[in-house]
Formats: sequence, structure tokens, C-alpha cells
Amino acid sequence: MLAYAIRRLGQSFFVLVVMSFLVFLGVFAIGNPIELLVNPQADEAERLRATVALGLDKPILEQYAIFLGHAAKGDLGRSFVFNVPAIQLILEKLPATIELALAAMVISVGLGIPLGLIAGLKPHSLVGRSIMALSIVGFSLPTFWVGLVLIMLFSVHLGWLPSNGRGETVMLLGIPVSFLTWDGLMHLAMPALNLALFKLSLLVRLTRAGTREAVLQDYVKFARAKGLGPGRVIGVHVLKNILVPIVTVIGLELGSLIGFAIVTESIFAWPGSGKLLIDSINLLDRPVIVAYLMVIVVLFIAINFAVDVLYSMLDPRVRLGSSSAAH
Amino acid sequence: MSDIAPPAAAQPAPVESPWRRLVAEFAESRMALFGLGLLVVIVVTALAAPWVSPQNPYDLAQLDVMDSKLPPGAASATGGTYWLGTDDQGRDMLSGIFYGLRISLTVGVASTLFAVAIGLVFGLAAAYFGGWVDAVIMRIVDIQLSFPAILVALVLMATLGQGVGKIVVALVTVQWAYYARTIRSSALVERQKEYIEAAKVLALPQPRIVFRHLLPNCLPPLIVVATVQVAHAISLEATLSFLGLGLPITEPSLGLLISNGFQYLLSGKYWISFYPGVALLATIMAINLVADQMRDVLNPRLKR
Amino acid sequence: MSAPLLEVDGLRMHFFTKAGVVKAVDDVSFRLERGKILGLVGESGSGKSMTGYSILGLVDAPGRIVAGRIALNGRDLTRLDEAAWRGLRGNRVAMIFQDPMMTLNPVLRIDTQMVEAVRAHHDVSREQALDRCREVLGRVGIASPDERLRAYPHQFSGGMRQRVAIAIALLNKPDLIIADEPTTALDVTIQGQILFEMQNLCRESGTGLIWITHDLSVVAGLADDVCVMYAGRVVESGSVDEILDRPLHPYTRGLLESVPSRNERGRPLRQIAGMTPSLLRLGEACAFRDRCSQAQPDCAAAPASSVPSAGRTLRCLHPASP
Repeated sequence: MLAYAIRRLGQSFFVLVVMSFLVFLGVFAIGNPIELLVNPQADEAERLRATVALGLDKPILEQYAIFLGHAAKGDLGRSFVFNVPAIQLILEKLPATIELALAAMVISVGLGIPLGLIAGLKPHSLVGRSIMALSIVGFSLPTFWVGLVLIMLFSVHLGWLPSNGRGETVMLLGIPVSFLTWDGLMHLAMPALNLALFKLSLLVRLTRAGTREAVLQDYVKFARAKGLGPGRVIGVHVLKNILVPIVTVIGLELGSLIGFAIVTESIFAWPGSGKLLIDSINLLDRPVIVAYLMVIVVLFIAINFAVDVLYSMLDPRVRLGSSSAAH
Repeated sequence: MSDIAPPAAAQPAPVESPWRRLVAEFAESRMALFGLGLLVVIVVTALAAPWVSPQNPYDLAQLDVMDSKLPPGAASATGGTYWLGTDDQGRDMLSGIFYGLRISLTVGVASTLFAVAIGLVFGLAAAYFGGWVDAVIMRIVDIQLSFPAILVALVLMATLGQGVGKIVVALVTVQWAYYARTIRSSALVERQKEYIEAAKVLALPQPRIVFRHLLPNCLPPLIVVATVQVAHAISLEATLSFLGLGLPITEPSLGLLISNGFQYLLSGKYWISFYPGVALLATIMAINLVADQMRDVLNPRLKR
Repeated sequence: MSAPLLEVDGLRMHFFTKAGVVKAVDDVSFRLERGKILGLVGESGSGKSMTGYSILGLVDAPGRIVAGRIALNGRDLTRLDEAAWRGLRGNRVAMIFQDPMMTLNPVLRIDTQMVEAVRAHHDVSREQALDRCREVLGRVGIASPDERLRAYPHQFSGGMRQRVAIAIALLNKPDLIIADEPTTALDVTIQGQILFEMQNLCRESGTGLIWITHDLSVVAGLADDVCVMYAGRVVESGSVDEILDRPLHPYTRGLLESVPSRNERGRPLRQIAGMTPSLLRLGEACAFRDRCSQAQPDCAAAPASSVPSAGRTLRCLHPASP
């Protein structure tokens, strides 16, 4: 297990370096920040001075080397626009994004797994079919459009929920959170539901498919033949088997939630890192884009690592690279 | 039940062709038939947009700014009816949606075709050659798939700039890895089977083994994944366009129409965003319904 | 005379599918005394497994028991509600399935799967349940039970897993065990061991055993009585010696002649011509008549069950002469 973890960490580090180069290279190609930063009336000499000051005159590989050196010390450059360390900007906004993503995850898991179980156990019943029909709609709804419809319904038409911002926040372990105040919760509800909808549908479908396959298995019939009640058969025998793939998906989808939070944050003006990214792309604030992507890469690597560990804990067959050839 | 039958009990010979059986099983679901019907209507409408649209929304001579932001059902200056209202340019929403469907479907299908082609080559190569070829390709696929498509596409579009060709490039980049992985896993299963062994023993040329024997047997899962991915591609394109990073204003896809109406939403002019969204939803849902039933029909594990 | 351990009388279990009614079990009757072993023989789809599931109340929709009586110690099970039936399952009646690779839950430890079976029926502590598990594992020949209890199924060989499954069946000292081809998936040597051990366990504890199989040679060395099933019906039953030595039904004869025998090496094996009929298209007629060399026009009528000699039944109008 330890050797496995070390090997995984090595791979993660390699991925990190490769991604940092790709990110740097990609972002390097986005526009010329000098055009935006320097006063349009400035003469050629002043522009050159700015270019040199920002280190943009050096060859790209040298720029990358400098970037790597600084990155190793936790310095990802200063925002051209706000003139503060880019990493500081990201870390200020990240908690809002993570709160939004986690709230969405709680909604999708809390509703998705029970609904999927019901639909999988009674696939031909009216309830089962309704759940599936709704999940197809949820699966097909483009996130951003649902956001608009939610605003239209709950903010414009009914006037129940606020359409933008985080609302009142309180500090929890030094991090501002919305979900502990009523006002914050009201602000969180719509964006979280919006972000959750797609994953919710995905989880319903996954759980249903897993359940339908699991209930046909002999071990379920054997468990019933032991005289176990439906609660134990479904809650332990079926659920633990379908949980293995579901946990993997949940882990990977947490990353994707953070990605899609960009869209939701733009619609609901949720002051998170995704909105910061879109603003930075529009303002060509290169260091912030790079810093955002690097933070995301690190976050994703950490999530993948955690998922792998959790996966091996849930499925004894993958533990210790056992002899079983399955998977 | 999988008892080993006594000598005489052979399986009844299948009378109907497998293709006929698949069609019959597909038709068992009314939802799937509904999806298929809806999809046909949408595709035909998109193809016939110039002939069925009340106006050409990109011919500025036909637009009248006096008609801007009219609600659904309003009468136009020339005597017609704007069934779904007009946008801020005085453009008929219905016509805009028909033309938008064309662009959205084109982008979705084109990017999927390219991505399938690339994924097919890399997936088959990984499965057939194994060893370091497999290791390198699957490493790249794994890394790529660990990042959400929306994020990769967003950064690519920010780098490349707007345009139909560019968004296809971005969508292909984020999608090829799915196909590579799907193809590889089914090809690996097929490769173990006796008929491939037999073909190798017969010393058939490698391309022949790969394309005549391996490929056709890997197709069913690929078709399902590709169908779902067309819907994803359309949705992704709409999202990127909505964020202002997809298509330019001169090529308004459904996403751009929705984005265009966003600013008027809070003042109650819902139709500019709402109806293009309904069209988008209908398209994606029709594709998903069809893909869903295909998955069930082609999944041998649910057969008992 | 007290009631026999199990008495199945006129059992009918049908599946109500979209394509029509499938008579998976169609008028099946037999009885089993304590400590005896009954072989239920038939090919795939003959309804032998479904008969087993019916006795356990494990028939799922669209299947339903439509007629007949299943009396365990004189008590009719078909009238029980689900809760009462659950109290019997794994307690008075246990079942062992065909494929040991599939019957144990791959993601749960052996102790979890054994303890839950004890505690579903007895209000005991986990420790007490574990004691019982160790004892039973020892009885089925599993060494160092403590270590084994903490393992997962995939760490066991096929034979070991089937022993664990048998141990689970024995946990609550059932009156009746239904074994659905439990040795088919195993190596021949292990098959022999398990057959021998099961026989001993039943004789010692007075447990009745129904052994479902397609293999007449297994039944020959194991069972006291045999029921031969074909297309949902019992076509012939009787003591194992009677059936094997003097088969009356043409199907039973066909089965016996298709078993390879050491004494007749070199002789071509006989096979039963034709294919198993679809249960959907079955009428009241003898289902075997299309494959039967003895078939006569009157075989199109429903063959009643007859009693050719004491302790035997037969469902054939034109039996082979003994």
C-alpha cells in the first residue's frame, strides 16, 4: 500500500510538471497583456520598459524556468489588474467555489442515490419510470440555461430567492461560509441546485444501472435465502457493491463540479474562483489564469489520489494488487 | 440459469437476423421512439431552415429595429406574426432558433466525427500493440480525462479565440480520449477471444485483423458513447458561447441566442433566452433518449 | 404416522410474461423424509431450480405460485406472508447455489456474511454468532476458521467458497437444505469430497436434502430417491435403484443412455434427438412426444400420473418395458 502511494505521488508530480508547462504555454498565447496594461498614449520606450519589467521580453523557455522557480516557492506572479499576488486572489475566492461545489455534491448524493435505488429496484413501476424520465430531462438540461430559468422563476417571477451574490457570511475555521446564515443559505440554494442538477441525474442513472445489475446477481438471491430482510439485502449487499463505482464517479465529478462552477458562478454572480477566471480571461490577466489553472491541477491531483485510496478501501479485490484479474 | 445441458439440448437456432432483433427491441420503448421522432423533426428543421423560417435572421434588410424585444405572438410591421417574439435586434426568435439549430448540430456532429476518428486510431493502437504504446496513450488519456471537459475547452477557446473551426478543435481535444478509452477496453476484450487468435494463427495481415475483425466487434459501445457525446458537444458549445468564448456574434448558435437574452431576463423579457433553451433541451434530450435505449439494447449484461 | 419433512403436492408456479404464461413448474408432487436425500434431475429449463425457489418462497415477479401445497413438517408454506417466510429462509430451509464464485458477496468479509445469517434468526451477540460460525466452518473442513472469517471471498478457491456457502446453510441447523447443482462448477475431485461430506452431514443431523442436478451419475451415488423433471413436470420418480435400473419413461432412458460408462467403452453414445421445447408453447400434451421414439397419436392428450409400482410415479402413456 505504501509503495503504491509513493508511486502514485511520483506520477502526480510528473503530471503536475507536464500540466504546468502546458498551462504556461497555452496562456502565453493569449493576447498581449501590454496592450491592456499600458496607457494607450504611451510611447514605444515606455511600452518596452513595461515589457522588460514584466519579464515578457525573455525567450519563452526562460520565462517558464523563472515561473517554475517562483512557483516552487509558492509565488505564481502578481495580477496585472489588481497588482496583488495571483495566488492570494485565487485562495480568497476558492472557498466560495468549494462551498458551492460541496453543497451541490451533497444535494446530488443525498437525492441521487436513494432515487436511483428506487428506480433500480422497481424499474417498471410508475415511480421508477418517472424518476428515469426526470433524470433524462435533468441530464439533458444545459446547466447555464437551467440557471436562467431558475432566476426567471424564483427571483423574477416569484421573488423568493436572491439572484446574485453570496449573502451574509460567517467565519468557520477562518474561512467565510454562507451556509450557516439564513441569508447565505438563501443565496446558496439556487446556485447549488443549479450546479447539482446534472450530477444528480448522472447519479440517479448510475445507481439505477448498478442496482439493476446487482439485484440479478446470485449473491443477492443467496442473501435473501439466508432470511435477511429487504433492508439489509438492499442497504448492505446491494448498496455496498454499487458504491464502488459510484464513489469513483463522485470523486471525479467533484472536480468536474469545480469546473462547471465557472458557469454557475457567472450566472449567479457567485464571487468564487470560476467567476474570477472568466473575468481574468476577459481582462487578459495572465498570472491569475495561470495561478487558477495550477491550483485546479493540484486540487484535481489531490482528489484523484483520495479517490484511489477510497476505492481500494471499498473494494477488497483491488487491495494490495490482489490476484483477481477483474477490472 | 446456466446449467450445462445434456447432450441433445442445443440452443434453438435464431430465425430472425440480429439487425431485425435490435430494431424490434429498440422499438419496445415508447420514450425512445418519441426521442427518435423528435430528433428526426429537429434535424429536418435544421437542414430546411432557409425554407421553413419566416425570415432570414441574418439579412439585415429584413430586420426592423422597431420590432425589437416584442413578446411572443406579437404582429410584425409587415403583417406577419412573431410566434416566439423578437430579440433586441428585432430578429424573429423562431427563425433565429432554426438557424441556430443548424450551427449547433453542425458543431456537435462534426466535432464528434473527428474525435471518433482520432480516438479510434489511438484506442485500437493501444489495444493491438500493447506494451509502451498502450502505456503512453492511456497515460495521456487518463490525465486528459481527469480534467473536466468544460475547463479544458474554456482555456483552449481563450487561447484560440472564437470561431466555428476553433470550437470544433476544442471539442475534439476534450472528446477524443473518451473514444480512445472505450475502443481500447472493448478491443482488449475482443482480442482475447478465439476468433482473433484464429486470425493470427492464419497469419492474416495485421491491418486486416484490426479493421476486418477487431473493429466491427468494438463498434456497439462506440456507437452508444458517440451518440451521448454528440449531445455533450452541443451542450458544451452552447455553454462556451454563453460565456462569450465560443462562437462569434456572426454565427449565432443556440447558446449565443440564450446569452444574448440573459441581460433582458431580469426585466421580464424571458422569451429571448427561454425558447432557444427549449430548442437546445429538446435536441439534447432527443439524442439522450435514443442513446439510452441503444445502450440497453446493446448491453448483454441486462439480458436474462 | 407423523407428517413427512416436506410434502409438495400439485405445485404450479407460472411466469406471467408479456409473451404469455410460462408454466415453469407444472403440477409437481414429491415427498421427502428426515435425513433422506432426494435427487431432482432435469436439463436446463426443466423447472428443477424453480421448484427449489418455490419451496424457499424466492419466486420473483412476474413469477407466482398459482396452485399446490408445500408442507414443511405439516405446515403449508404457500399460505405464509413474506415475514413468516423470511423467518423460515436460512433458518428451517437453507439453499446452496450453483456457482460459488457468485453466491458470496465480493465486497463483504466472510464473518459479516456468516454472522448476519445467524443474527437474522437468533437474538445473540456477535461473539456468540462468531462461535457458531467457527464451529460450522470446522465441520465443513475449513482449517483455521478465525483467519478465514476475516478474509474476503476472492481470497478463497472455488471449492473453499462452496464450503463456506455450505457452512452458511448449516449455521441455523436447518431441517431442509436445497442444493442447486452446488458441485457443477467445481473440479471433479473436490466435487467428490463435497458430495461425500454433504451426505454425512445430512445423515448425522437428520437434515433432509434436495439435490438439484442435471447429472444422473451424481444422483446415483448420493440420493435415496429421484424425481426426473422435463418441461416443468415430474415425468418419473422413485427410489434411486429403481429409476436407474428400471427406467420406464423414454426420457429417463435417453438420459441414462447418454451417460458415458466405463464398462461400455468404444460403444457410441446415444443422444436424445431434438431440442428442449419452449415452455411458452406447451399445451397439455406430453412435452416430450416430439423427441420420443415411442410416441403415439394419443400422446397429444394430457398424460396423467400413474403408479406403476409401490413408491414410483410415472407420467407416460407408452412407457418402455422394464
